[in-house]
Amino acid sequence: MSFITVRNVWQTYGDQVVLEGLRLSVAEGEFCTLVGASGCGKSTFLRMLLGQERPSRGEILLDGQPLPGEPDRSRGIVFQRYTVLPHLSVQDNVALGLELPRAPLAGRLFGAAKRSARAEAARMLERVGLGHALDKYPSQLSGGMQQRLAIAQALIMKPRMLLLDEPFGALDPGIRKDMHTLLLELWQETRLTVFMVTHDLAEGFTLGTRLLVFDKVRHDPQAPNAYGARITYDIPLNTDRRAARAALDALPAHITGGVQAA
Amino acid sequence: MRLINLKPTRSWRLSLAMLPFALLIVAYLFGSAARLADNPQDKLLPSPVQMADAIKRMAVDEDTRSGKVLLWVDTAASLKRLAMGLAIAALLGLSLGLAAGIVPLFGASLSPLLTIVSMVPPLAILPVLFIVFGLEELSKVMLIVIGITPVIARDIEQRAREIPAELLIKAQTLGANTWTLILRVVLPQLLPRLLIALQLALGSAWLFLIAAEAIASTDGLGYRIFLVRRYLAMDVILPYVAWITLLAWLMDYGLKRLTRLAFPWYEGSRA
Repeated sequence: MSFITVRNVWQTYGDQVVLEGLRLSVAEGEFCTLVGASGCGKSTFLRMLLGQERPSRGEILLDGQPLPGEPDRSRGIVFQRYTVLPHLSVQDNVALGLELPRAPLAGRLFGAAKRSARAEAARMLERVGLGHALDKYPSQLSGGMQQRLAIAQALIMKPRMLLLDEPFGALDPGIRKDMHTLLLELWQETRLTVFMVTHDLAEGFTLGTRLLVFDKVRHDPQAPNAYGARITYDIPLNTDRRAARAALDALPAHITGGVQAA
Repeated sequence: MRLINLKPTRSWRLSLAMLPFALLIVAYLFGSAARLADNPQDKLLPSPVQMADAIKRMAVDEDTRSGKVLLWVDTAASLKRLAMGLAIAALLGLSLGLAAGIVPLFGASLSPLLTIVSMVPPLAILPVLFIVFGLEELSKVMLIVIGITPVIARDIEQRAREIPAELLIKAQTLGANTWTLILRVVLPQLLPRLLIALQLALGSAWLFLIAAEAIASTDGLGYRIFLVRRYLAMDVILPYVAWITLLAWLMDYGLKRLTRLAFPWYEGSRA
């Protein structure tokens, strides 16, 4: 069974049709990159996957069940901007994700539980290359470091799905390359299913195991909003990575456990 | 160089800041000296010596009737009312503004209410307060609370709306429920704004305090000023006004420092 099934999904705002007749089926562990012109609905689709918006028609299934209608722990998100909390230090930004689910009343942990959460956060930050900046505030970090922090923050939740909305759109080309390497490494370690919206076609081709192109098929010059975008191309990519991943999945769990820890 | 490109150096800035004050004082001294030369009994512009005399009478000597030093009694009474009013208004304003700005269901009821209530002139309902809460402390504190709570609440509501939706969504993906979202994400980001809102409301708070004390009170800075007005005692009124100004400025400065000390992340994150 596929991990995510999109069944004839439409999204309309009043008269404006943004997405029409979307059909898609994604296996667990795929890295889907979403490309297309501005305003063609790829971010809208991402927001629907996140639960921030509901489809006007059709349904999105996760493991055969309708997708929860509001953002939750199972889906991590990294936005282009406003993606980390300005009032918390780098370490607390990540530790927050460990504190909130365990403390539904106080919203924070105390004593040993707090220390262990902070230690776990520190390990995750070490992994994304922010081990030296634990006590800084986000405003003291560069753009690339803030996005590293946002990724660490999302991954500490061990989500089943990671959604990225043009996460590297505001970064310098050099930094962007480092971020690609990091993201691919993390993807390989965690077996996450990733959806990434990008404007950069090259980025879409390098990173994804599957490239989804959003475009309008029908045009009405008199009513530009009458028709929405569909997925016009669905291109399998980087088959070697996909194969490696499949081979890894085929191995018995006691071995793969060892591989993941390594 | 064009005027707009000329920037004062540090020492120049200080002298330029002093200049208007110096001019005002000099102008007063000349005016006072001229009037007193005309008529030594003149009470309108007392000389520095007369004022120093009055200050000694109010701030050092004990009052012959009550045996207390009036300035300190007045100051303590006024500051107590002001602090209670500010604290209650801050708490109320924060809660109302936060609920209206973050929870859409609450906002739908609260926002229109706050908008209308903030238009009611507080001084116009002062008689109502005296009737309902009596002439004691409560009505004076309530005047301050009613006067500045809507302003603070509306400011906090605005700021709460300005928190990017991305952050609220992010917090939900980190496992926050509505309550912990408010507690750990929204509230900490609004607290520095609350201090700034308080700073801005300070002027009105003093206004309402003095007004309430002037009308019904037996002590307080406003009460004293309006009491000695009967004797045209400018030698007491002017130092009292200067003292109130100093207190207000100190509170303003203290709030500013507190914002910076308690929320070191705040200034940087706005850039």
